[in-house]
Amino acid sequence: MSFEVRIRKQVEGGGRRFELDVAFSTDARRTVIYGPSGAGKSLTLQAIAGLLKPDEGTIYVDGHPVFDSGSRIDVPARERRLGYLFQDYALFPQLTVRQNIAFALKRGWLNPSRHEGGEAVDRWIQAFELERVAQQRPHQLSGGQRQRTALARALVNEPRALLLDEPFSALDPELRSRMRTELDTLLERIGMPMLMITHDPEDLARFGDHRVMLRDGRVRDAEPERS
Amino acid sequence: MESAWIALALSLKVAGWATALNLVLGVAAGFALARLRFPGRELLDAVLTLPMVLPPTVLGYYLLVVIGKRGWLGAWLWDTFGVNLIFTWQGAVIAATIVAFPLVMKSARAAFEGVDPQLERAGRVLGLNEWALFFRVTLPMAWRGVLAGVLLAFARALGEFGATLMVAGSIPGKTQTLSVAVYEAVQAGQDDTANLLVLIVSLTCIVVLLAAGRLAGPRSTA
Repeated sequence: MSFEVRIRKQVEGGGRRFELDVAFSTDARRTVIYGPSGAGKSLTLQAIAGLLKPDEGTIYVDGHPVFDSGSRIDVPARERRLGYLFQDYALFPQLTVRQNIAFALKRGWLNPSRHEGGEAVDRWIQAFELERVAQQRPHQLSGGQRQRTALARALVNEPRALLLDEPFSALDPELRSRMRTELDTLLERIGMPMLMITHDPEDLARFGDHRVMLRDGRVRDAEPERS
Repeated sequence: MESAWIALALSLKVAGWATALNLVLGVAAGFALARLRFPGRELLDAVLTLPMVLPPTVLGYYLLVVIGKRGWLGAWLWDTFGVNLIFTWQGAVIAATIVAFPLVMKSARAAFEGVDPQLERAGRVLGLNEWALFFRVTLPMAWRGVLAGVLLAFARALGEFGATLMVAGSIPGKTQTLSVAVYEAVQAGQDDTANLLVLIVSLTCIVVLLAAGRLAGPRSTA
């Protein structure tokens, strides 16, 4: 199974209560969780990544248990080995493109220096055609370059799976369709299990080999895999 | 005239130590208040901010009650280690540290609260433990605000008078800091010395304030 999720979580905040009660499992390499905003998509993705602790349940990624309230397994986010593409990319603004990409490879209390990072960093910079902007900071990049940098940063560590949070919502429509094609090609090439959350029907059509429909914190319709 | 330079050196030593201590204590307190959720958090913030608004003489009195030879901490220090803090430069450091503490804590808290939580989440999924996260993500995003507070604290510690006088007294060459020396010089009618001292203090504080203003001001997007 690529992803096997069965979790419950009560969230309170701003005087409102929200109950997340999500269960799905998928063997597809590309899964899309689809639903309106406020359906609990982000919470689900954060729980899988280890950024939010469910009240109870189990989470398996690529066959490995990362959370199991029954047997008290709760692998910290840093050890789950998941690539995470944030909605606004969350690139470190004070670091260059190269430093951002090399971030996960550097251990200890210091950030990678401007020219650090080995063969893996070079390879991803090349793969995403970021050579020209490697020494620039995120605010100097175009939207597409930002997304490529964030993808390279997530992938450089060879994660078990890739989690994508509304990956194209920050882009203008034209660039959006181009980056969709680019991601499609990339996913074919790396063959890593991928889970995307989105409210965009086009993302669903393109990447939803397996589809999980989420509404009000519950799965409404887990469609069978597309043939 | 030479006594002026001795007083300056002592002031710099005291303010330097107070700033260094606050770099740890103030930043830690600011971080805890920004990140931890516990009942009484705002009350604790208010209590820790008290040294900023209380009259320095009141602080000095509190300090005597605590670290004086018959104070509950002072008596223990004296009985156990033979350490006495009253009328010593170390006592002046404690007074200056407490007076300047809220400046660091307040700016550090605001700076840490301004860090985008998404960046910290990114740091976690990229494999950082909490210490590495602090030094590689949180602090680099917050350092301007923290440093601005630290500079203000240095200026405040340099100018500390009331609590210092009560705790450390005014022993020339030992505990007589610049601000205390100004008072003594004026009392003794030594106008030349007073003029020089006042000029030194004013210039130092202007430089520090300019630096703090630059750091706390709008970010330049270089």
